[in-house]
Amino acid sequence: MYTREKVIEKLIFICAAVSVAAVALITIFIFAQGMPAIQRTGLLKFIFGTDWSPTNGSYGILPLIAGSMAVTIGALIIGIPTGLGCAVFLSEVLDKKQAGFFRSAIELLAGIPSVVYGFFGLAVIVPMIRAVANVFSPDAGATGLSVLAGAIILAIMILPTIVSISVNSIDAVPVTYREASYALGADRRETITKVVLPAARSGIFSSIVLGMGRAIGETMAVLLITGNVAVVPHGIFSPAATMTGTIAMEMSYATAEHQQALFAIGIVLFVIIVILNGAAQAVMKKFGGEAA
Amino acid sequence: MTESVKKRQSGIRPVTETSLKGRKAPRKEAHEKAFFGMIWAVAGLTLAVLFLILGFILVKGVPHITWTFLSKEPEALGAEGGIFSVIVGTLAVTVLAVLISTPIGVAGAVYFSEYSKGGRIIKIIRFFTEVLAGIPSIIFGLFGFAFFVVYMQMGWSVIAGALTLTLMILPTIVRTTEEALKTVPMSYREGSLSLGATKWYTIKKVVLPCCKGGILTGVILGVGRAIGETAALMLTIGGSLNIPTSLFSSTRTIALHLYMLASEGISDDKTYACAALLIMIVLLINTAANRIGRNISK
Repeated sequence: MYTREKVIEKLIFICAAVSVAAVALITIFIFAQGMPAIQRTGLLKFIFGTDWSPTNGSYGILPLIAGSMAVTIGALIIGIPTGLGCAVFLSEVLDKKQAGFFRSAIELLAGIPSVVYGFFGLAVIVPMIRAVANVFSPDAGATGLSVLAGAIILAIMILPTIVSISVNSIDAVPVTYREASYALGADRRETITKVVLPAARSGIFSSIVLGMGRAIGETMAVLLITGNVAVVPHGIFSPAATMTGTIAMEMSYATAEHQQALFAIGIVLFVIIVILNGAAQAVMKKFGGEAA
Repeated sequence: MTESVKKRQSGIRPVTETSLKGRKAPRKEAHEKAFFGMIWAVAGLTLAVLFLILGFILVKGVPHITWTFLSKEPEALGAEGGIFSVIVGTLAVTVLAVLISTPIGVAGAVYFSEYSKGGRIIKIIRFFTEVLAGIPSIIFGLFGFAFFVVYMQMGWSVIAGALTLTLMILPTIVRTTEEALKTVPMSYREGSLSLGATKWYTIKKVVLPCCKGGILTGVILGVGRAIGETAALMLTIGGSLNIPTSLFSSTRTIALHLYMLASEGISDDKTYACAALLIMIVLLINTAANRIGRNISK
């Protein structure tokens, strides 16, 4: 009986350790496949090279990094105020029952598959941007596939991340803080902006960082709506290629050397995501409160 | 904020130095109005966007979801016929992924909440589980391609896709199961142990049955993630339109089919139909998960 229990405990431990093995294997395989490409081109030339043309054997991913950054920053500019507004709305304006409804609406937003977002963007947002861009500069022949389209769709996609984590940290602010603020004569707006939000800042910061990670890692939506042109974008109406989109699109026809370069993009992406998620976790832990 | 404070606040305007002077108070009130007006606007906009997405896709897509669409095999790259083989492919990949990851995930959660005594190893495992949850799907795709498709020589296949998905939904199942395990009262375990049951017997017969609902929620959420996943499967299942005949045949899921149709502009009707089908599945899954969640909290 005793040995049986021990064996079962060991088996269960192995199951718990599967995620460690998975992360280790993922790291090993991505690096093993991608490192040769980085070594061949040289790390600096690979990251800061401005020419991505695999057919000529030129692998500089700066345009792809710039593309990813452009759509991500755009998504944050739209998504942060909206997300914080929704979080304040949920925890400070609505009563419990209404909040339940609003919360499930946000959850629904999180459940929609990214390829559906991409298709929605392609069918609705892109034509709208094409119309607007053609008003501003009729000769440019804008397709609407652009940084802006990517930013708008990504903003919607990261909203649930920002809202749910921010709400948790806003709810965790002790009632006494608010009462003290009211007692000093502050009204609700002042209490929210000067007491509650600053007190919840670590959770809000983490939610933004995690949202940023989600935006950089998102693939299908940006693949369908940013146009996938590997040049550094020069405006919100110009097309862009992201790191994720390039991997997804070119993997299907890439030859050996090209394929290694795509894995090398994977390494860069992986490192960025691990740093962002690590930062979010560290902030959470330092200031207390639940991790996502 | 407690209800009482909220009520107290809404009725009485706070007396401040400025309001006593009389002049500046109205401006302050205007600020407050503008602030909450903005919050309402932002929240309203968010809801409007949600309903726009759902409404647009359902209205455009549902009329094209016919019996022929569901039961016929695709012709001309999906421009004609239906998506029968794609549905079969989706089911095969999803069911397989959930079947593999559920026992592993549940066991992992049991270790976290029942066996671990804290300490370094558990912190490391937990950290890696969080990292796994944060990895973007395209990285899973690259890994699945390098490891399952090439290194393990599975080729672009149902099994390679399913194993990749297994790793992706594992953190979801671990997390929801762990939450459910936390709600089982300690006295249940103590009761069982004091009757002479062993630890494993207690877990199997007392603890796990108590959180069936929580585990089911995790599984349903995992199914949702698996069905919507595209990037990882793009690099691992190949995308063949034939009905998969074995674990090693190449196949295609609804989400991947949607991407192919949309990016190649093959057929508007079929694209909307696929998108609407995915939205309906997501709605179904959310409702089911919510309902089970509510039953547990009762």
